[in-house]
Parts: sequence; structure tokens; C-alpha cells
Amino acid sequence: MGSEDVYIAGTDMIKFGKFPDRSVATLGSEAALLALDDAGITINDIEALYSGNLMMASAMVGQQIQKEIGQTGIPVVNCANACATGATALREGWTAIRAGLYDTVLAVGVEKLAGAGMLGGGGGGKVGISPEGLLGSGAMPCVFAEAGMAHSKDYGTSFEQFAQIAVKNHHHSTMNPKARYQIETPLEEVMNAEMISYPNTKLMCSANVDGAAAAVLMSEKKVKELGLMGQAVKIRASVLTTDPWTDRDEVMPDVNTCTRNAAKQAYEMAGIGPDDLDLVELHDCFATAEVLHYENLGLCGDGEAGKLIDEKQTWIGGRIPVNLSGGLLSKGHPIGATGIANVYEISTHLRGGAGKRQVDGARLGLAHVIGLGTCCGIHILEAPSN
Amino acid sequence: MSDKPLPITSLLQIPDSGDPYLEGLKCKSCGAIALKQRLACGKCGGRDSYEPCRLSNKGKLHAFSIIYRAFPGIDVPFVSAIADLEGGGTIKTNLIGIEPDPEKIQLGMDVDVVYEIAPRKDGEGNEYLAYFFKPAA
Repeated sequence: MGSEDVYIAGTDMIKFGKFPDRSVATLGSEAALLALDDAGITINDIEALYSGNLMMASAMVGQQIQKEIGQTGIPVVNCANACATGATALREGWTAIRAGLYDTVLAVGVEKLAGAGMLGGGGGGKVGISPEGLLGSGAMPCVFAEAGMAHSKDYGTSFEQFAQIAVKNHHHSTMNPKARYQIETPLEEVMNAEMISYPNTKLMCSANVDGAAAAVLMSEKKVKELGLMGQAVKIRASVLTTDPWTDRDEVMPDVNTCTRNAAKQAYEMAGIGPDDLDLVELHDCFATAEVLHYENLGLCGDGEAGKLIDEKQTWIGGRIPVNLSGGLLSKGHPIGATGIANVYEISTHLRGGAGKRQVDGARLGLAHVIGLGTCCGIHILEAPSN
Repeated sequence: MSDKPLPITSLLQIPDSGDPYLEGLKCKSCGAIALKQRLACGKCGGRDSYEPCRLSNKGKLHAFSIIYRAFPGIDVPFVSAIADLEGGGTIKTNLIGIEPDPEKIQLGMDVDVVYEIAPRKDGEGNEYLAYFFKPAA
């Protein structure tokens, strides 16, 4: 493997929303062009394209994007890895540059998910009856509610503490013009919203939206050649793990172990610890999930997530702000785009461009996603050194 | 159409005589309990090493959720639950025989596995036997 550092030389996302009149390829292409513009380069400079999309995994979305933005004949890799799809596409690009194959690649993540309803569950083949609603539920709100309740069992985490996550992330999103929603949701409103799957109410479930994000990845040599060191965000760690066998994972997807393993590897790769981080974007697909990942990522000790919430340590201005973008709960969760949108958010803070939600002097940030099935992607990013 | 109820999953065994029971698969190499046949053990990678393993009807509630919004055709609310069984194996099914109220359902509580006819039939009209959790008797 090459030893050269890899940088995010340009990155952007479209405002997440509901776009019935625009195609997946169009949305992805818009983000791709924004990222190219941010890096000050064109499609003719790109040596490979890594495209992340889940719902149309067989549709050659990367090639569809090429036909919108420039069909230059470069290799395209189409990635699908559940909700870690975007992070996987980005990491494939990182891997190729590290391997010395290319100096400049483009990663795009895109999804149309507005109006998709609940995911997961259902099932039942031609033979037999569907177990959904009889042998419990495999719907995502339930899967992550159960994961949260296992935390409650061990540490007494309360419905109110879970709900505070949604209060925080919706608050953060009021300062992010690219979030799907910019609406304050006080605690009573969160707790009294329609109960979907106890303890997750509707405002504690990620928002199904359309969206796209993109990043231009470059070798250090190329960044210097183009004079982009003043804006290039260094990738200090890029890690992908899957769920190792655990006693319960046949009935309870384990998002904890793969995150802990990924975090350990990422901190080692970056040569830092969680205390060195200035901000985190983590996979709050449901409010319950965010609580688990405080401990999985080492932002606090095991059993201390409730205290972190009570002391507002993960709010803007707190010790370690989490999901300043509004997170999946309010910025929205267009599956294939999420892993790159999180990297965009971290990069924007590290470049000092996050406006009202800016973490002053942010130097190191971590972006985390989970793909149920299961995998975890983590990227640790460092501010430009100028 | 079968004249007897069919098992809702391969985990459920319905003997010609005697009570139904749950049967997992235990890896002879590492002791891991799987809920369905795999080509190799997920824990140690050992091949052809499974042996049938009767699971207990007693367990402890590890996690639950009360479902209020479900897919069309599914009655709500219901309690989706996960319990660790005595002697090994973790299964998931509905918790019945208790109010769907988070104040009433205690994490860690003892549950029994009970066997009842499922309230739905397949397209051919076959009945299915299912298994549920109930608060321990």
C-alpha cells in the first residue's frame, strides 16, 4: 500500500428534501458538480468514480451520473452497503489512492427515499406466513428501539433521555440551511408525537428524504500541485468493519460491536483518542441509536451516555458536539448519500464554513455510519493546516 | 392442505406425540447456538459440526419495543421482545399476556415460551403453530 495521505479536496451536498421531478442520477450529478467546483477541477481531472446508491443497486447509477456530467471512460464502481453505502464508496476511493492507482477520484452518494415509509420487516416467502407482527417486528423502528432498550436494561436509560437526542438534533438543524427540516421540537413535543415503536416516537425516527452528496479525493502530491492545501481536509483514518458473530445477532442486529471495533481501528490509524475530537457526526437513524454510539465511539465510558445527555455535553457549545448538521433525524437520511453528507458536515466545520453552527477552531472530527446487516464505516478528518 | 398445524419457523418442532418445542443447532466445535442451519458455524467457521439442541422454554427478557405503527394488516399495539433462554440461545417473538405498557413490562423479567396457533393462515388455508413469550407463570 502506498504511504501517501489522502485528502478531501472538495465536497458538497444538495439541500436534502423531496424532489419528485428529479431523477436519482440528476440529484447525484448536482452534488458531483458542486464538489468538482469546490475543488476547482472538472470531470476531465477525475480518474475514477465511486458511486453509492442502495435502492437502485442494479441500475448502474454511477454510469448514469457520467452521462449527465461527462462520459470520460474512467472506471466506475457502484457500491451498495445498506446505510453505510456512501461511506463505502468514499472509502473505496481512498483505498485506490492509497494503493497508488490514482491521484484524483470522485465519490458520490445519492438516494431518493422521500415517502418510502418504514423499511425492514415484512418478509414471508411463498411458503408459510409472514412472521412480522407475530414473532416480533423486523421493522427498523423496532430493531433500533430494542437496541436502545437493551441499553436501558443495563443502565436505566429513560424514554426522556432518548427523546432529548431528538430535541438536540432538531435544534441543531435550525442552523443548517441544507437540512430537510429547520424546526425546533421541544421535549414535550417529541415525547407526545405519534409513538411508532416505543421508545421511538415519530420525531425520534430518521427522516426519509431525497438527497445527494459528493467528495473529490486527492493524493497529497496532487493537492500540493494544485495549491489546494489551504482547503484540503486530511483523511486521518478510514475504516470499514462488519458484525462479528455474537450470541444474539441472529435476532438482534448488533450495531455495537462493529462500531467499537471500527472506532478502535480508526483511533489507532489516526493516532488520536476520542478526547482529541472537536465534533462527531454519528448514525442517529433513530434517537435510541445515538445513545449507544456515545459509548461505542468512546465519547464517554460505558453506562455514562445518560449523563452525557443530562449535562448537554453533545449539544452545540458542549464538550463534544454531536450531529450539528441535524443528523439523520432532521437533516434527513437519504441512505446512499448519508455517509458522504456526514463527511461534508465534518469537512465544513474543519474549513471554518459552518456558519451559525460552526465549532470554533475545529481541528479533528469523526464521521460514523452503520449499515444494518451489518457494517460500520468511520472516517476521522483533520483540518487544513494553513 | 395439511390436516395439522405447520411450524411457523424451522426452529419449531412439532412431534407426533408430546409437546412442541424449539430446537436450535449447537456447534460441536465451539458450542455456539445457531437458530438455523448454515454451511459453517458463524462463530468458529467449523463445518458439518452442528447437532440439534433443544432450547429451554424459560428465559429472561433482554429487550422489547411496543409497536404502534406497523405494516398494513398487522394489528397494533403489540410487544416485540427478545429473551435469552436458559442454557443458551436468544429468540425473538411477541410478548403476550401482559398490557403493552412500558411501566408494566420489566426488562430482565422471567418469561415462558408458550405455543399457540397463529392468527393467520397461508394462501392455501394451512394453520400454523407459533411460539410466544408470556410473563413466567
